[in-house]
Amino acid sequence: MIRIVMNYEFNWDKVLTGQGAEWLVHGLIVTLKISAVSLVLSLALGTLIAVFRMTPVKPLKWFAAAYTEFFRNTPLLVQIMFWYFGSDPILPGPVKQWLYNMDFEFAAGVISLTVYTSAFIAEEIRAGIFAIPKNQLEASRATGLSFFQAYRYVILPQAFRIIIPPLISQFLNLIKNSSLVMAIGVMDLTYMARQIESYYFRGFEAFTVATLIYLCISLVVSFAITMYNKHFLLQIKY
Amino acid sequence: MHWDVVWNNLDYFLWGAFPQGPLGGLAASIILAVCGIFGAFWLGLAAGLMRLSRKPWIKIPAVVYIEVIRGTPLLMLIFWFYFLAPILLGETLPGFQCALVAFIVFTGAYIAEIVRAGVVSLPRGQMEAARGTGLSHFQAMRYVILPQSLRNMIPSFVNQFVSLTKDTSLAYLIGVNELTLAADQVNNRTMNAPMEIFTTLLVIYFLVCYVLTSFSRRMERHLSRYQARGR
Repeated sequence: MIRIVMNYEFNWDKVLTGQGAEWLVHGLIVTLKISAVSLVLSLALGTLIAVFRMTPVKPLKWFAAAYTEFFRNTPLLVQIMFWYFGSDPILPGPVKQWLYNMDFEFAAGVISLTVYTSAFIAEEIRAGIFAIPKNQLEASRATGLSFFQAYRYVILPQAFRIIIPPLISQFLNLIKNSSLVMAIGVMDLTYMARQIESYYFRGFEAFTVATLIYLCISLVVSFAITMYNKHFLLQIKY
Repeated sequence: MHWDVVWNNLDYFLWGAFPQGPLGGLAASIILAVCGIFGAFWLGLAAGLMRLSRKPWIKIPAVVYIEVIRGTPLLMLIFWFYFLAPILLGETLPGFQCALVAFIVFTGAYIAEIVRAGVVSLPRGQMEAARGTGLSHFQAMRYVILPQSLRNMIPSFVNQFVSLTKDTSLAYLIGVNELTLAADQVNNRTMNAPMEIFTTLLVIYFLVCYVLTSFSRRMERHLSRYQARGR
């Protein structure tokens, strides 16, 4: 039975002005910061895992395959909770000290977002590398480049151009996924919306505004992808 | 190492306090995911077909729905419905229903894109031939296009189901009694084995999702042999 009541008085002032707005801006900055840091780290880690997966060395290959399968098939929220609550016994002492001395919530958020996103990025990069004809690798090996040089100077620069659009959408997912770090108390946009809710009981307004902010970020980035596809991708020929 | 904590609470992880109390744990997560994918399938099918329409008043609402939802984090949507319910209904809705509505609305947008891609990937001749035999657009969709394209979409649906199973963990944040909440409760009660508990949690989710992912991959290879192709 749905009974529409609607005697709720909307009050946007608490969200759009004063303390509430300040909180949201701080939250947005934290969201962008954690996404940017995780993006850079997960690009590096994802590339490394993808290269591991392509090497002829069997153990590295198995490790990379297990890594991508495991982290792609488990929920990000649980990974975040694992790194935050449960990583204590498995991290080596000095690393732990270093992490505890800085903002550990933020660090755990960055670690989990990086590990999770890098598994997806590794798969995108692998797909991009597969798109490069195999004789490119053979030819560069034949000119005397080592395996790593061939990847570094021939394969990866070409693959990255193909990979950029899917990478950007991974970045979009990363921004959206970063909303989960509020579960361990990182003060991001979602956390701040929650805070406005608990201070002023303006949950609906706070979450509507926060949703719109996420939406704006996504739309701007999607627009950028479309433009990129239109203007640059067409010019790449093999 | 306190693996006995995990061992002693394994039944709580799998089905909660079920015979004596409410169903929880993995069983509740899976029920949430199955109900969610079922609702999202119909919503997504409708939105996907609407998006393919040439009439703007049918197409535009579907485009707006799909783009807005795909640009929003699921967690936002869950909280949003959680705070919308009291405004619409005058009383708070239980977390389970709120989360379910959010999952259906969220996953529906992704299913709509799968449906659209599936229909578009069929050769144009299929639609033209069906219309040529005198079927209406709706009939051609219902009896010719969808039966073929839905079969090809099954792997994508399974992948979406895997994503949804992973996403059900977010329901924990509004207090729904499911696997992640069960693990959090056990962790708060025992206090001495967070690593073991969360590792187990990861492994349980992994087993469920990996089995489904492998199934969808095998299916994809199998189906690709029988697809109608254009010339």
